[in-house]
Amino acid sequence: MKILVKAIAVVGILAMVSCNESSTPNYQFFPNMYQSVGYETYSESAAFNNGVAAQLPVDGTIKRGWMPYEVANTAEGKIFAKDSLVSPIKSTEKNLATGKELFGIYCTVCHGKKGKGDGGLVKSEKFLGVPNYKDRDITTGSVYHTIYYGLNSMGSHAGQLNENERWQVAMYVSKLKADLTK
Amino acid sequence: MKQVKHRNSTSKVLGFCLAVMLAFSTSIFAQGDPVAGKALFNSNCAACHKLDKKMTGPALRGVVDRIDDKDWLYSWIRNSAKMVKSGDPYAVKIFAEYNNTAMTAFPQFSDADIDNILAYTSAPKPVSKVAVASIGSDSSDDGVSVDIVLGLLALILVVLAAMLFMVTKTLGNLAKQAGVEVEKTDPIWKRFVKNQFLVLVSVIAFMMFGAFHVFGFFMQVGVDQGYKPVQPIHFSHKIHAGDNGIDCKYCHSNARVSKTSGIPALNVCMNCHKTITEVAPETADADYSKDFYDKQIQKLYKATGWSESDQAYTGTPEPVKWVRVHNLPDFAYFNHSQHVTVGGVACQKCHGPVEEMEILEQHEPLTMGWCINCHRDTNVKTEGNEYYTKIHAELKKKYGVDQLTVAQMGGLECGKCHY
Repeated sequence: MKILVKAIAVVGILAMVSCNESSTPNYQFFPNMYQSVGYETYSESAAFNNGVAAQLPVDGTIKRGWMPYEVANTAEGKIFAKDSLVSPIKSTEKNLATGKELFGIYCTVCHGKKGKGDGGLVKSEKFLGVPNYKDRDITTGSVYHTIYYGLNSMGSHAGQLNENERWQVAMYVSKLKADLTK
Repeated sequence: MKQVKHRNSTSKVLGFCLAVMLAFSTSIFAQGDPVAGKALFNSNCAACHKLDKKMTGPALRGVVDRIDDKDWLYSWIRNSAKMVKSGDPYAVKIFAEYNNTAMTAFPQFSDADIDNILAYTSAPKPVSKVAVASIGSDSSDDGVSVDIVLGLLALILVVLAAMLFMVTKTLGNLAKQAGVEVEKTDPIWKRFVKNQFLVLVSVIAFMMFGAFHVFGFFMQVGVDQGYKPVQPIHFSHKIHAGDNGIDCKYCHSNARVSKTSGIPALNVCMNCHKTITEVAPETADADYSKDFYDKQIQKLYKATGWSESDQAYTGTPEPVKWVRVHNLPDFAYFNHSQHVTVGGVACQKCHGPVEEMEILEQHEPLTMGWCINCHRDTNVKTEGNEYYTKIHAELKKKYGVDQLTVAQMGGLECGKCHY
């Protein structure tokens, strides 16, 4: 009798402790139904030599719908982009609206809402050297080039924005520059 | 002869002056205004230069001590490429040292502007504050005082119990001495068993209590609400999304366009942390010191294979084994872009106030009932969606409502999420 009570107490305490543990995941009813047999995005996988499911595309292949950007990341490439790169999409209201939305996500935090170089990170002096678009000699083409490769402290944003979105943002930046120089 | 002597002394005086000027060249440049210089530096130079650390360009604190030729600095800042072309040996050396990257020309700067900037770069390095660590003691004081109160209470209880025991013992002794017969009764549990009604009631109560807890236990199996794993790099969403106001989608850009929200690739971190090599002193708080956070940035450099001294990648990255927090069972389909881009649902609706979380945890249960409740309550944004105009109009007519909920659009059908 006494042993039974003790056993119940121990099991009860263990159960309570294990329920309160927030750094380990909970039990599952049927783990087979929860966990995929195939590998999940970003999971570890023995199917590949380096042990991760996230693989780079095979050399010489491209993703469907993705076009390589052939202007090189050099000073000459930048001049070329500035002078002769033209947006393949039209500067419609819809494209500018999307551009504005994307600018708000990816650019505002440093460049500021209007492109004056006064974003939140600049104001708190965490990220410096962000120019006012007004002071820089930029075109839609050169903005596209800069989004793709980054420039000085600014990193490449090609991974976060696809080709179409990069052009929409570049267009919106040109509009901001036009508004600022007005 | 006399004249010659005179000239000699003049040249000596001039030479002495020059020597003094060179020796105190810093102070000569410091005639500029360092405050105005700071503003100019921050908006024009800081993209490539830091005062005390090498970046795209060299560290600039005390640059006038390294280069005492003011005119050289003027022409370099206004157009460095021209100087490299003209074959100035120091210019060519610097150009080659920094990966043949030409410095942006600043022809718009006046002499005074440049003097101001140089005055700023000549300012002595401020002494770093180490005071933040001491804040921690306040909270531990609270802990101690609570402990003391609890300890005192326990002590009082023990004393009371001891007193009760002694009182009964003394009373028993007194009774014995006085020869009073204490009536013997059954022990309490025997009397309890004899009372059938009490037994019935307590059995029912016990069963209901048990059933409640067993039911509760089984209902929470498989639910990870509050799951808060320790991550290999202590990434604080509070600092990034909260204090610095970086949009969720800056890093989780896949949430806009893909089924998975994605773990940001480390190059997204490096977009900022190439430049931000340590946290600001005000970022540290009582729980986490500046030193602790700086170590996390170093972990990032190790994982990406970034060498701070060379300002280049070594090419040997180490993947970070992030621990997944939100994980739906394999038999439920969920698409982020459908909710974020099409539905316009805020991230916080399902993930809770992530911008306040120092350590990320699962805020919502993510059970099927929870999904369904939201589908029943949420209206579909039909305005401006030409693609669905016809079906929206017909469904509205069918249900006789102005606003369609997700459920009325078919958001409760099994096959929407399970197939």
